[in-house]
Formats: sequence, C-alpha cells, structure tokens
Amino acid sequence: MNQVNDRSRDLGPMVPQPDDDRIICRCEEITKGEIRQAVHDGMFTLTEIRRYLRTGMGLCQGQTCAKLVKGIVARELGVSPAELEPATSRAPVRPIEMRVFAKEGKGDGADE
Amino acid sequence: MELMSNCAEVIIVGGGVIGCATAYYLAKAGTSVIVLEGSDHIGNGGSSRNGGGVRQSGRDPRELPLAMYGIRNLWPHLSEELETDCEYHQDGNLRLGKTEKHREILEGLADRARACGLDVRMIDGDEVRRINPYLSHEVTVASWCPTDGHANPLTTTLGFYKMARRLGARFITGEPVQELRTVKGKIRKVITPNHVYEGEQVLVAAGLHSREIFGTVGIDVPMDGSLLEALVTEAEPPMFDQMLGTADADFYGHQTKHGSFVFGGSSGLEPFYKDNGTPVTSSRTAPCICRGIMKYFPDLADAKIVRTWAGWSDRSADGVPVLGAVDEIPGLYAACAFTGHGFGISPAVGDQLAKLIRTGSTDVDLSPLRYDRFHAKI
Repeated sequence: MNQVNDRSRDLGPMVPQPDDDRIICRCEEITKGEIRQAVHDGMFTLTEIRRYLRTGMGLCQGQTCAKLVKGIVARELGVSPAELEPATSRAPVRPIEMRVFAKEGKGDGADE
Repeated sequence: MELMSNCAEVIIVGGGVIGCATAYYLAKAGTSVIVLEGSDHIGNGGSSRNGGGVRQSGRDPRELPLAMYGIRNLWPHLSEELETDCEYHQDGNLRLGKTEKHREILEGLADRARACGLDVRMIDGDEVRRINPYLSHEVTVASWCPTDGHANPLTTTLGFYKMARRLGARFITGEPVQELRTVKGKIRKVITPNHVYEGEQVLVAAGLHSREIFGTVGIDVPMDGSLLEALVTEAEPPMFDQMLGTADADFYGHQTKHGSFVFGGSSGLEPFYKDNGTPVTSSRTAPCICRGIMKYFPDLADAKIVRTWAGWSDRSADGVPVLGAVDEIPGLYAACAFTGHGFGISPAVGDQLAKLIRTGSTDVDLSPLRYDRFHAKI
C-alpha cells in the first residue's frame, strides 16, 4: 500500500497487437486492447481498471479474468504482476437474490 | 526517467472527483497543476462509492445554485468533453412517500426548492406509477423534479483524471499529505513522507482528511465521517431511467446503463459503527436495504445482488460543503465536507474553483459555503 506512483511517467506509445480484440473479461465483454488502452489513459491500478472498464464487475466478480487482467496491465506498465495489488473482493461471495438476502439467513426453513 | 519538478502554479491535495475536476478545468485553461492523492488509487473515497445522483431537488438553498449551474452548463456535454461515457441521464427524480408524515416532509422540501426557482411538483400515487409503473401501491405520494438525473461516478471521476492528465496535469498517488507550510505568510509548501511540493496556490480537497491537513496551518473545518453503504444487482432488462429517493430515506438509487441497479441505504446503526480504519460493510445493512427496496419494487425481489460496498462521507457540521478561499492564508483554498452531495455538483465545483483560483471571482456565489461560517450555539 501507498507506493509513490507518478502517473506522468512515460509508458511509450500504445502499439496495436494482433490479439487486441480478444475478450478477456467474459462477463462484461472487455477486450485486451481496451485494457491496454486504459493503462495508456492513466489507469495504473487494477482497481482503476475495474472502475473504468467494468472488468471483473460482472456476475463472476473477476474470478475468471482477474489474473489475466493483472498480467496485461503489468506488461503494459513494465512491472512484475506481483507488484500489482488485486482489486478488493466484496460480499456476497456469490450473487444472491434480494428476497433471500433480505432474510439474513432466517428465512422459511431453507438452508440459506 | 525524466526528472520532474515538484513545483506547479497550483497543488491540489486529493485525487477524488473534486480534485480531478478542478485539475481538469485548470489544465484546460493553461495552469500548471500537481495533484497529490494519499491512497493508491484515483477517486478512491466517496467519489467511487456514491449513488451517482445528479440532483437539485432536496438540496439546501445554499448549495442549490451550484447544482443548477452544473446541470444547466456542464453535465449535458460532459461525456463528449471528457471522451468518456459518464452515463449522464436527465430523466427526473422521484422522491417517494407512503404516509401523511412523508407527504409533509416532501412538501417542505418542494416548497423550499420552488422558492429558489426550481421546478419541483407534488404528485399522487397514480401519477407516480404513470412515470414509473414498477412502483408498488404502497407509494401514495412523491415529489417530482423533471430536470434531475444520475451519472456514473466511477467513469466521471476517472474521465476528469484522464483528460487532466492528457492536458499535462501531473498526478501522483501514494503521496499522503502530512503538512502545509507557509512562507512569508502565504501558502507555499505541501509536505508528504517522501517529498516537498511547492505551489503558488494550494487547494485542499482531501475529503475526511482535509480537517487534519488544514489543522497544520491553524484552520479548522468542523466535520466528521459518516459511513454509507451501497449495493449493486446483476444486469436486468431496462426498466426505468429516473433517480429515486424516499421521504423515509430507506434507500436511494437508479438503474445504470449497464442494466444493474445501484442502491444506497442504511440500517440506522451506522452512527455506532465500530471504526476499524477501513470502511467495511456490515452484514445487517444490505439485507435491510433489500427489505426497503422490495416494498417499493416487488418486481426486483428476484434480482441478484452481486456486490456491496461502504464508504465514508465527510459530513460538515451544518450539512453543506465548505468551498472557497481561506482569508488568513493567501493562496489557500478549501473544497471539502461535501456531506455526501459532492458527486452531482463536482463539475460545477471544479469549474468554479478553477475560475476562483485563476481570476479571484466566480459565476456562482460561494459565500454561503465559507469555511468560517461555523459558530457556537450561544
């Protein structure tokens, strides 16, 4: 946490790659090229990428694409993926209907 | 890497939507800016955690002129200007009620807004359901402001950041400001654990942290943190475009362009929150918000909640923001204590603060929002 991160540092030009139109986040249909462009637009953390593009914000909450997105962002920034902090996981672990959530686990003899 | 100067005409403390918007309007006018953000992410406080309302109704008359200015002059073309889809919708705000007491609350709010020249009408249950057919028959009354709306706080904040950066504003995250320092009575130095930055003018827009930062130059802004929680559903088919609130304040929210519903609310126990230093959600609150929503929108009972989150709002002692120049310290400006109302007025605040910093004057009168308006009760 709290690493000094200068957002004006030079990443070089955004060079198109042959697989830029490959879909990385399947829930929200975000491509590799969109993720790379977002880094060049200044989104240097996985949290910012997620808020800007919605990667990992869909039904699976990033359980499928988080690692792939991290690799793409790290490569674009020229750092090790280990240096990038993952975006925060948030409750609930799985999508849950309002009518079920509303019962706070006390409902109708179900095993919620 | 090129060695960059730690000096700029303006240093902005805080990389939230207010800091980013002000940096954008300053950079657009040719002023050099450095923005220092304490956390690792741009827009990590209330800017990314609010419900996205772009409202005039329900606003205090002291901040209403700013809300109206932004909706008239800035929001309509903001997506084009920022080359970012801010998802701005101007499809009205319904504030819903179920009882006679709610009607009184709503009428009071509507009367005060009309006195300021805003079109807010009282409507009955049938008219409410003509505007939004999904609302249950428990709803018997509402106030209706057709020029209100909503937008996406995440993309708007990052859009301001993206364009300010493109125009040459320098942003540094992970730089928590510890101290301001004056030189010959004027503001000059901004100190972090790592560096000393220097500016001719300094804007403090650091949310809840603004109080301790102002404290280092002897200025106090009475505010504290108030915890807010929100949730989002999976994408649903498009149902309605209005912004919603209730007289009872059980929830507020809207359906986003993506199809998901974003709703904020509370359990009522937030003032007694066990503060562990991180705004975390309580297992009580989201179910309580769900119970509130289902009474108004029975059709949403099967919508799945995919995510919940919490955030702090910087609540001022009298419920409206603190904005403008600090008289005792030439060159120092405040933009804090937004009390949960910051996002909707952020373009107007950025535009007007940039003008104030550059020229010394504003189009909207900011004097009711002065930092030194707070007094003891006797």
